[in-house]
Amino acid sequence: MAHAIFFYVFSTIAIISAIMVTASKNTVHSVFFLILDFISVSCLFIMIGAEFLGMIMLIVYVGAVAVLFLFVVMMLNVAQQKNQWFLSSQSSRHIPIGLIIGTIIFFELIIVIGGWKYKPELFEKANSTSSFEGISNTHSLGQILYTDFIHIFQISGMVLLVAMIGAIVLTFRQREGVKKQSYIKQISRERSEGVEVLEVQSNKGVKIDD
Amino acid sequence: MIDIGLGHYLTLGAIIFSIGIIGIFLNRKNIIVILMSIELILLAVNINLVAFSIYLNDLAGQVFTLFILTVAAAEAAIGLAIIVVYFRNSGTIRVEEIDKLKG
Repeated sequence: MAHAIFFYVFSTIAIISAIMVTASKNTVHSVFFLILDFISVSCLFIMIGAEFLGMIMLIVYVGAVAVLFLFVVMMLNVAQQKNQWFLSSQSSRHIPIGLIIGTIIFFELIIVIGGWKYKPELFEKANSTSSFEGISNTHSLGQILYTDFIHIFQISGMVLLVAMIGAIVLTFRQREGVKKQSYIKQISRERSEGVEVLEVQSNKGVKIDD
Repeated sequence: MIDIGLGHYLTLGAIIFSIGIIGIFLNRKNIIVILMSIELILLAVNINLVAFSIYLNDLAGQVFTLFILTVAAAEAAIGLAIIVVYFRNSGTIRVEEIDKLKG
């Protein structure tokens, strides 16, 4: 009973905030609704028993990705652009086609899920193969993540590294007219080009920089 | 209605997935909202994987959700970097004004 109540509450919040992400006029509000969506789905994950993924979702999505979105939205100053749904007459013909395609995809997924109901024997087959009884979700996830999936785990680390390098390379720019220290130039100086020994005659100055 | 099973979670995933698809199609705003719709789609896929993983009692689904989280974070970082560079070069990220490849 409690499971049903919490499921309906959290999933209603998730669906409404997902609609608001795409429908709200202000981009900053869209980011806030995205955060709300992630939080409610991670509550669902914790409730269903995948508590490690729920917590990771809070940390990664809410803590990193959504804040990155918010940062970029505020930095690019697109929040002031008030955006309307029907911009001009020739561009509003996307809207019925998009709605039709989205509805078709939704009903296809619903048909697949409805057909799933008539194959109950799939669950009994898989239920007997559980070997993680009595230990927590995080413990069992760690036990298979670092043994069976270690290569994929390391490759995902490489994906993050490449993404980091790519983001830095993309947004890096060299500004003109900034004075910088050049270590190579400083180190490779020699005495012959830095010091000049002159014979100074008396009563006559020395002219340098000629 | 009271017994929450696998079908409820799959339906929730389907609804959020469809909202993400419709959000990509109907977008008349800036590209950042399209990136957020892609995040919604990945979230729906995560819901499906976690629901199957719990109900089939197989942890591989949760491991794959972890990797999808990784890829989503990388994708958001790269996509936002591209958007920042594009905004620096052309001064706009509105969807209907991005037509430089049109020729």
